[in-house]
Formats: sequence, C-alpha cells, structure tokens
Amino acid sequence: MSAIIVKELTKKFGEFTAVDSVSFSVEPGELFGLLGPNGAGKTTILNMLTTLLLPTAGGAEITGYDLRRNPGEVRNNIGIIFQDPSLDIGLTGRENLEFHAMMYSIGSDERKKRIREVLDVVGLVDKADILVENYSGGMKRRLEIARGLIHYPKVLFLDEPTLGLDAQTRRSIWDHIRNLNKNYGTSVILTTHYMEEADYLCDRIAIIDHGKIIALDTPSGLKNCLRGDCVSLTIEGRVELIAAALGEKEWVREIVPNGKTLDVILLDYGKNIPSIFQTAGNLGIGISSINFSKPSLEDVFIRLTGSIIREQEGSRQSARRDRMRRRMLR
Amino acid sequence: MIQGRVVYVLWRREIIKYFRARSRIAGAIGMPAFMLIFQGMGFRRVEFPGLPESIGYFQYLVPGIIGMTLLFTAAYAGMSVIMDKQFGFLKEVMVTPASRVSIVLGMISGSATTSLIQALIIMMMSVLLGFRLPFLPAILSSVVIMVLISMIFINIGLILSSVLKDFHGFSTVINFIAFPLFLLSGALFPVSNLPAPIKFLSYFDPLTYGVDALRGVLIGHCEFSIVLDVCILLTLSVLMVCASAYFFRRAEIV
Repeated sequence: MSAIIVKELTKKFGEFTAVDSVSFSVEPGELFGLLGPNGAGKTTILNMLTTLLLPTAGGAEITGYDLRRNPGEVRNNIGIIFQDPSLDIGLTGRENLEFHAMMYSIGSDERKKRIREVLDVVGLVDKADILVENYSGGMKRRLEIARGLIHYPKVLFLDEPTLGLDAQTRRSIWDHIRNLNKNYGTSVILTTHYMEEADYLCDRIAIIDHGKIIALDTPSGLKNCLRGDCVSLTIEGRVELIAAALGEKEWVREIVPNGKTLDVILLDYGKNIPSIFQTAGNLGIGISSINFSKPSLEDVFIRLTGSIIREQEGSRQSARRDRMRRRMLR
Repeated sequence: MIQGRVVYVLWRREIIKYFRARSRIAGAIGMPAFMLIFQGMGFRRVEFPGLPESIGYFQYLVPGIIGMTLLFTAAYAGMSVIMDKQFGFLKEVMVTPASRVSIVLGMISGSATTSLIQALIIMMMSVLLGFRLPFLPAILSSVVIMVLISMIFINIGLILSSVLKDFHGFSTVINFIAFPLFLLSGALFPVSNLPAPIKFLSYFDPLTYGVDALRGVLIGHCEFSIVLDVCILLTLSVLMVCASAYFFRRAEIV
C-alpha cells in the first residue's frame, strides 16, 4: 500500500488556481520532495494533505484513509512541520512537547519516554526546560521536528524545513531528516525551493511550477534528462578542425564553438576527457584550459521552466547591490 | 466527542501562561481597581434613587465592578486565540486528531478560570476598601454565577476570533461590543434610572442579569429574581458554547 496517493488534487482561491490537478504517489519509507519557486502551490498542496484546507476538486488517500471521509484518521497518522514557526514561545521546550503528546492522547509514562527520546534525537535535552522565546532559530526548528515525531507518524510533512537557517544548521537538520527516515521508516514529504536540499535528501522529486507538476523523477533521472555533461575548452590553434574531429565521436552530443572556446556537451566526461586530449594532440592543436560541469538540478529547473528559481532573499539582496552600484556611479 | 485529556492540556496551558505573564494580571486588574477606588470612594456618600439606604453606593458598586472584570477579561480571551493564530500555534492545535469540541471546551475552561481569578482578586481588594462580605455559602454561589457570566463573554470573544484575523480588528470590535454591554448592565447605577428606551435595551444585555444575580447573592438586593437571572445566564452560556463549537468547526485556519 502506498503511503500517499494523490489524485487530480485541485485548489482554487476564487478565480486563481493555486493547485491544478496534481497527481502523484509516495511509497512507504520514501523521501519525496516537492521542488518549486515561492508561490508555486507547494504549501497549498501540503495544507490540503494535512486536512487544513479542503480541496476544490480531486482528493487523496493518506495511509489508506481518505482526506474527505476520514480526516480524523488522517490526522492521527501524520505529522507536519509548518513553514512558519508554530511553537508556543511562552512555554518551555518540554511543555510544548507535552502539550503535543497529550493532544494525541499519549499516556503519561509513554509520554515521558517519548519526550526524552525525541529530545535526544534533535539534541535539545539540556535546553528542554528553558522558554522557547529564548531559543535560536535552529533550535526552534529542531524542537518542531521533535514535536512532529512524538506521536510516531507514518507520514511526516515538512514545509520548507530549512528556510532562513544558516548553512551549518541546515546540514544538521538534513541529517536529522535522513536519520528519522531511516530509523523510523517514516515516509517524508518535504517542500523546498533549495535545489541542493532536494538533491541531497530526496529519493524522488516532483518539480512544481504554477500549480502543476512539470517533472517527476529521481534527482539523477532529472539530471539525465539534460543531454549530458558540459566541457568548455580554450583552444590554441584552429578551432574548426578539432570541432569537426570531435563531432565524429559517438559520445559527443553537441558542439558549440564560441570564438577561441569550444563548449562540448558529452556523456560521461570522466571517461572521455582523455580522449579529447588525444584527439587534439593528434591534430597538433593545443588546449590551454579546460572547464567542466555536471548538470545540477538548477540547470534542469531552468530548462523545464525557462526561468531561474524565484528566490526572494536573493532578489532582495541583488536589488540592494544594484542600488549600491548606482549610488557609487553617481 | 469530548476528550478529557485535550480539555485538560489546553486548560493547563492557559493557566501556566497566565501565571507567567504577571504584567498581564496587573494590567487587567488595574482598570476595575481604579473604578473601585475612585468611583466607589468618590460617590460613597451619594444617595441614588432606587437604592435602599441601608446598602450604600460602595456595597452596590462592588458586584457591578466584579461583573465588569468578568466581562472584559472574558471577552478578551479571544485575543489569545488571535495570538495563537498569528504565531501559527493554532494550526498546530487544529492538525492534531483532538476533536474540535474538546479544543473549544479547553479554551473556554482555561479562560473561565483566569477570569474567575481576576474577579476574586477584585473581590478581595474591595474587602480591603470596606466591602462587607456575606457568609461562605453566598460567596460560593457568587462563584457559580461568575463562571456563568464569563462563559457567555468568552464565547463572544471566541466566535469573533474564529472570524477575525488580526489584533487591531479584534480589539476594536470587542471594545465596541463590551463597552455598551458594561454601561447598559447597571453595573454603575440602577437601570431603573435610565430613560425607558435605553432601559428596554438593557433587558437584552446578558450582563444585566449577571450583575443582578451577583447583587442578589452578595448584598441581598436585586431587581429581578435570582432564579430568573440564573436561568437566563445558564441558557445563554449553553447556547454560546454550542455556537462557538459550531464556528470553530467551520473555521479555516490557513
């Protein structure tokens, strides 16, 4: 049985279609990512799957329970970590966890045991009894993850789990997510607009833009849909000669001459680069520099959506930079 | 379906937070305390028509100010729901399998307890200022009446909070509702002194019956009968609990 089966899920807010007939399924124990720019509809999908919003059309089954017919059972089997903080900052970490465990009707002894256990998982044991308002951003996030685990959900939803965290905290949260997926066998669905996050964590990724799934595959499968790896050569000598020679190799997909440089798109650059040098040597042509890159998810995304990911922080920063530059020019 | 554990945990959260926010206690008590001191002491010797001489204005005022304390603290209970909404905590509550009725009952019981604490503090304060307390059974029955009063106004606040989203909207609307209810209720002066049309309106104010019942048990003077007052309060509070359970069931949280 699949952990989640989503069928033609749709949500309209008035005239605006936030989620447009989305279908996918998630297997038990899978780490599934919804990748897309801000406003693509990821959070709306999550809100529907966690019974906070009613779908306009379509539906979903979560651990075998229908969203509309059995929301209570769905709630019993899921955990969610929201994008925005959802802790009571006027309580201590432990009190937040106790509150949550009691809402799930977990008995007193079991509760104490589990609270100890999840605090240990996220490394907050020694901070459990201070007020959450004194926590750092990363600690709050870890506490929320601990809270999401306390009732042993079969499916855990994570909405932008590392938004606004520094690189180090992000790493440690990724490790937590991986560990809990491995140790508890929890199916995890996470939304993100960070490419590395999706790439690093997810077994499969659905790329979402304007409320629709535009691609769904493993990270490497997605990257393979690009034609291959790219190698840029700076040539000393006759560019067209080597371009013609390389064009005959069966592992070369495309050659783009660009003045003194030559972009070669090829399969498996690790194996074939020596052969490039050999060809150049045979022709008596020198290569003064070489640059290569594996395609990233970012390339895939740009290729699929025709735009770079709309990242708010980034754009705000670059706007500030532009303003600074203009001021300096004046 | 009512889950005792859920009601208890929501109640406990409210109580923990209440005792941590000392400034909130002081702030909420300040206003009725000033009324008690200045209004009560200032008009101490004034004789109101419709008021038996044996009672005196201060004795008359204290149940009214207790009613006022209950009205304002209870109505503002909805504010903590708005806070939870804005801090995202309400989503966390609503995504748990706890039944909606238990959640509402938990919120009500927590706020009812804190309003009751405030009202009892005001009552003790009034004793220091010279209020003559009745015997214990009368005090205990006044506590029951206080609970009923706070139930009614907590639910007004809760219903509002299920519809409204932000602090400013909430406090504007709640002031707009609470002040007329307070002034109409006869908390400060006998309703019988009001012009007929306004007096007529006061019969639609739940606090009128609340304050009247409190006076009945605390100072042995009431305009209606205590039985009638309590019946009205009881009916209204049951209706209001049902209404807010209904509103919370259909509220969209995100």
